[in-house]
Amino acid sequence: MAEKTGIEVSIAAADAVGMTNVDVVAAYPITPQTHIVEHLAELVASGELDAEYIPVESEHSAMSVCCGSSAAGARTFTCTSSQGLALMNEIVFLAASMSLPIVMMLANRSLSGPLSIWNDHSDVMSIRDSGCIQMFAENGQEVFDNTFFCFKVAENKKVSLPVILNMDGFSLSHMIEPIEYWTQEMVDAYLPDFEPVHRLHPDKPVTMGALGMPDVFTEAKKLQNETLINSKSVILDAWKEMGEVCGREYHPVETYKIEGAKVAFLSMGSMGEVVSLAVDALREKGEAVGQLKLRLWRPFPFEELAEAVKGLDQIIVLDRAISFGGPGGPVASEIRNALYHQDNMPFVTNYVCSLAGRDITANDFIKIYEESSSASEEMLKRNDYTIYGARE
Amino acid sequence: MIEIRLHGRGGQGAVTSAELLATAAIQQGKYAQAFPNFGPERRGAPVMAFIRIDDHPIRNRHMIHNPDLVLVLDPSILRLVDVTSGLKEDGILVTNSKHNADELREELGLSFKMGTVNANLIAIEELGLPITNTTMLGSLLKANEVIALDALIEPLNKRFGRIAEKNINALKRAFRETEIS
Repeated sequence: MAEKTGIEVSIAAADAVGMTNVDVVAAYPITPQTHIVEHLAELVASGELDAEYIPVESEHSAMSVCCGSSAAGARTFTCTSSQGLALMNEIVFLAASMSLPIVMMLANRSLSGPLSIWNDHSDVMSIRDSGCIQMFAENGQEVFDNTFFCFKVAENKKVSLPVILNMDGFSLSHMIEPIEYWTQEMVDAYLPDFEPVHRLHPDKPVTMGALGMPDVFTEAKKLQNETLINSKSVILDAWKEMGEVCGREYHPVETYKIEGAKVAFLSMGSMGEVVSLAVDALREKGEAVGQLKLRLWRPFPFEELAEAVKGLDQIIVLDRAISFGGPGGPVASEIRNALYHQDNMPFVTNYVCSLAGRDITANDFIKIYEESSSASEEMLKRNDYTIYGARE
Repeated sequence: MIEIRLHGRGGQGAVTSAELLATAAIQQGKYAQAFPNFGPERRGAPVMAFIRIDDHPIRNRHMIHNPDLVLVLDPSILRLVDVTSGLKEDGILVTNSKHNADELREELGLSFKMGTVNANLIAIEELGLPITNTTMLGSLLKANEVIALDALIEPLNKRFGRIAEKNINALKRAFRETEIS
């Protein structure tokens, strides 16, 4: 086992991007993503990383530059948060529909207003339907490992789609913690050179991003949907291969103490580690509680979820965003839909919690468990979701 | 697990201290975490930083509400901020002060075990500046030797380069001069 380095997750993330020998980085600094792009700029300026660092004037331009460079066949990276993602929104959809394998890290931060710089998942939910592959990391090691995974999947010729690596702002991005670095040899063995499916080149002209008349648009969207769905087999292979390289194998739905559980928490991102402490405490008290962690958000892992929830009576979905005027949290909504046709569908309770960095501890999750397990089913059915901890 | 909360003012290096201790602990094969109080930082305003050190992987990611040890880099903070908020009953408050523990306990109405050191004096004499972050790390380790003092030498050298020696001297002197009572 390699030695662990104590380092800020943002710096390790930027180092990992550097180790992919990325060709182009285009980004605009925004809290809490700043340290990632600052460190990449340092690596380029010092000559350690032979890449073009393009300091654009906005996130809209950042993603536009990424589209151009990726289309030209360059390995391309960008990184943003919150309002930055909102500003680049239209180009994110274009990157996916043009099949451009750009890798983006999203240091998740709530969307304003009120103005906030703190962490939740409202930003990524705004591009849920963009057609990008989207995954969540739980700790710094997962950010580091999955940086290589993101490029490997994005650039696979069967996929050729943008991949977004979500890492919680501050609670991940600003945390100094132990991370086991890969050697350059490990990265080179895992991640092949980028060979684009199509590239813009004067010797062999192609058109990208053309007008889609009504007689081809539907087919284009159907193909885009199928490509994203079919990327899952590549994703599974890439995580399996990672297990062989570094000893850590990842899965679309991770489970913790799920054997014999009747109730399970379900969450995405770094909150999962805190939830696991509550699961330990409840298990010690004899409660049949387990945990599900949704790592892959798009393509949605329907089969893996159905397998993981077998035997559960209830799932407590912890959402970190709200669909205003809708069915509560976006994750719970997906989970309910995914399980709708299942026999013996577990009952889904939904808690919207820890918005914009509101501190949440294991005791809060124990409270949530006790509240939702002691309430009668009739009451739970009337109460589609609860915004946890909100003062009246 | 030991949980430590640092209080200082923006620009005094509280976050750097937290980072140095955590990276040194990780280098010693322990698990550790260091992080700032998340949010906008302003020079001169009271700030906090947090450290967790354990022999097992750390899964908590929230702020430290019940620290085992509170470290205060700037004595003027003592009258501004409730630094002992949530401090465990058997915890310890380690502070930069020219006063001794009994005087401070009486003035602040506290009954906690304390570590005191005149870090301003040490920092000015050793570094030529009243920046007490590395000095107070020596004091912290006197109160709780969670890692050996020597484990900080390499991280300090790496971080401070040609001014590392002065910082190491300040660290060692604070370790010697801190009084625990």
